[in-house]
Amino acid sequence: MAIEIEQPCVELSNVAVSETHGEDSPYFAGWKAYDENPYDELTNPSGVIQMGLAENQVSFDMVEKYLEQHPEASTWGKGAPGWFRENALFQDYHGLKSFRTAMASFMQQIRGGRAKFDPDRVVLTAGATAANELLTFILANPGDALLVPTPYYPGFDRDLCWRTGVKIIPIHCDSSNNFQITPKALEAAYQQAVSTYTKVRAVLITNPSNPLGATIQRSVLEDILEFVTRKNIHLVSDEIYSGSAFSADEFVSVAEILEARDYKDAERVHIVYSLSKDLGLPGFRVGTIYSYNDRVVTTARRMSSFTLISSQTQHLLATMLSDEEFTENYIKTNRERLRKRYEMIIDGLTSSGIECLKGNAGLFCWMNLSPLLEKPTREGELELWNPILHEVRLNISPGSSCHCSEPGWFRVCFANMSEQTLEVALDRIRNFMHERASVNRSLFSNR
Amino acid sequence: MKLLSTKATCNSHGQDSSYFLGWQEYEKNPYDQVMNPEGIIQMGLAENQLSFDLLESWLDKNPDVGGFKSAGKSIFRELALFQDYHGLPAFKNALVDFMAEIRGNTVTFDPDHIVLTAGSTSANETLIFCLAEQGDAFLIPTPYYPAFDRDLKWRTGVEIVPIPCNSSNNFQITESALQQACEEAKKRNLRVKGVLVTNPSNPLGTTLSRDELNLLIDFINEKNIHLISDEIYSGTVFSSPYFISVMEILKQRNYHKDSHPDVWDRVHVVYSLSKDLGLPGFRVGAIYSENDTVTAAATKMSSFGLISSQTQYLLSALLGDKKFTKKYISKNKKRLKRRQSLLVSGLQKAGINCLQSNAGLFCWVDMRHLLQTDTFEAEMELWKKIVYEVRLNISPGSSFHCSEPGWFRVCFANLSQDTLNLAIKRLRSFVAESFPAAAHHHQSRESSKTRSLSKWVFGLSSRVREQEER
Repeated sequence: MAIEIEQPCVELSNVAVSETHGEDSPYFAGWKAYDENPYDELTNPSGVIQMGLAENQVSFDMVEKYLEQHPEASTWGKGAPGWFRENALFQDYHGLKSFRTAMASFMQQIRGGRAKFDPDRVVLTAGATAANELLTFILANPGDALLVPTPYYPGFDRDLCWRTGVKIIPIHCDSSNNFQITPKALEAAYQQAVSTYTKVRAVLITNPSNPLGATIQRSVLEDILEFVTRKNIHLVSDEIYSGSAFSADEFVSVAEILEARDYKDAERVHIVYSLSKDLGLPGFRVGTIYSYNDRVVTTARRMSSFTLISSQTQHLLATMLSDEEFTENYIKTNRERLRKRYEMIIDGLTSSGIECLKGNAGLFCWMNLSPLLEKPTREGELELWNPILHEVRLNISPGSSCHCSEPGWFRVCFANMSEQTLEVALDRIRNFMHERASVNRSLFSNR
Repeated sequence: MKLLSTKATCNSHGQDSSYFLGWQEYEKNPYDQVMNPEGIIQMGLAENQLSFDLLESWLDKNPDVGGFKSAGKSIFRELALFQDYHGLPAFKNALVDFMAEIRGNTVTFDPDHIVLTAGSTSANETLIFCLAEQGDAFLIPTPYYPAFDRDLKWRTGVEIVPIPCNSSNNFQITESALQQACEEAKKRNLRVKGVLVTNPSNPLGTTLSRDELNLLIDFINEKNIHLISDEIYSGTVFSSPYFISVMEILKQRNYHKDSHPDVWDRVHVVYSLSKDLGLPGFRVGAIYSENDTVTAAATKMSSFGLISSQTQYLLSALLGDKKFTKKYISKNKKRLKRRQSLLVSGLQKAGINCLQSNAGLFCWVDMRHLLQTDTFEAEMELWKKIVYEVRLNISPGSSFHCSEPGWFRVCFANLSQDTLNLAIKRLRSFVAESFPAAAHHHQSRESSKTRSLSKWVFGLSSRVREQEER
């Protein structure tokens, strides 16, 4: 007979058992539905089409071609003394100088040369996920808050809050002014913190915005800079989509504004960048923090020990990104292709009677389905999302998962699939809308 | 006032310790056989540079791997997009096989229980985040790797309490030392959450004995706490007694599974390719745990430090070549053994003994007899002489939190044989000139003279330490 002895459960940390990793939100439930029934043109044409993944798959050919023509980027040369040894041993948290220099120059090119970047201010991290968490560790203590405009990238709940113990207080934005950040909204968020005795440490913006797919206007950036200066707090500008603005002129980086002001008050500003979106290389884990604050640079560098970029990958990218002929052509062509995709999806949605926020950047559009809601609530939004996911079989991201305060908006990605697949998706949406319209008409005629 | 966080302004990054200051001196005046033959020889860097030729020849024979090709087909796109924190399956499979092979296949590892991280630096921190928080402590035997102070404490807020080990029994972990650590934790109002050991040990270069491992398992069972075994040097064991992983002990004690079924939930292994394969730049670390809650949390946390898919792919091919790994493991060990012997015998001729070691990339060198006084101050003075006059960057025991002054860690695998011989020559001259008596006095640990000297010295040193308050 088995003798059962109750075992005390050995404790794990609060962090380990908390839900702050956010993986139980609808954002991930959609992915699960896709994983179980993924669309494939040939083998599963009625499967779920993934439109919830902000990946850039439209410009791989250029990178592949470059690598084929420059094998030295992915190898270390033959014979002794080989470069392999040196590269394999290199774990200096300053990062490969040649890579930092190439990264600074690439960031400069993306901004049309309107801002200069000093390679010695570039801190390397394994992806922007790590960069954002690292900055939060550096700028805030547990219990402090960052102000983040809604709607925002769902991953921030984990990246900024999970292990850091820092809170996000939303800066509410809505469609009345195209979701732009206003001084009123900034102040309201700040006061919310004050009322709960919470110290605000920084404002964190994503520019161009995820999920809006739009750049932040210069005047708004100036308002934000004025606000953070007045409150004596930091500004983190996540510019991960900067190379995905459809036109070079439309994106204004906070770096340009600072440079135009001779870097006055710049030590409170920090920029995050990554090659995951613009170059379509999320697997390589390449992120960076660019800070105008010397102490932040030094501390971030030391902390980056926990999240260094593989020296093999640094070598590859240093070679590729220091080739200005390649980068200039890539940046220009990538923009054009993304714009074409955007126009394609907008045309398709418009012809189905669906409106989107006017976008000019990113890998997705911000779609307005609020006229279709039964109830103008989060529940109503999820009730609409369900059939879209399971019947129309499109995994799109409900605005509530992005903490949008207005129900009915959805983020729809367009760059992570072929044009043919996008056509299929647009067809399905068209059919869905027609069916809805005829159902409504029959309801109307029966009244 | 624009503040930074407490974490940003504190000193827990540890960069002001002597461990790092020695490196700075080296950077200012680095030895080069041709360009700067009088420069400082770096012997403070635990790198394995002895077996690159084996890796290089494999790369020459497998040029496609670097070029993102698999069976002639380009897999660039798939790799570029692959950011799944579960890791590349082919790489995980190859890694667990490699880990098993290093342990003579006495244990096997399940790839579903491996979490990949950007280096063991990240693995150790991630585990601490999962197992403990502010107000908690982990017990670590001294002497220990200096960067643990940063890796385990800095962002986690967790404390380290030392398990004091000393030369009276070759720095082995004892029951009384464990109790001493518990008492100190209690005094400091800290909840002990676990023990972390490095096996083989850095800086000792020794493997934990079966007795020590069993003692540790008994201890963590009694206290119902965790055990992290950092086995980063497991592939560097070059002579007997051979490597016994904590996993092997658990397997043996399956017999006691009925009374302690949850012990598997509390033992976690950390590994990395930085030492065995000499690839610290590639940032390849791993956590192995049978505790599903830990692996689930650690896997999500690994988002903050994933391994580049480009690197995962390269290594899946390298480690998947079983003919290669077998040859590599064996040759690497032989070369390490030869280097260690070279250093040990060279030091002996200078009247300097080392702790008897069977692993690692360094020796734990006994220079107590060269100290002016049995104090850490004297250790620093000797160290400065060795760095500036002898021009060798070796690591003083105090930077490893050693409780006895006079011990130094000296690396032997990060330099050429010629450079090592030169370093030995310089040290011999230094000892001959500065300590003529010591150079001829061949100390033996078995001599009673030394034993009584040790006791007296030990008694003196603990009194002096209280005054010094490190």
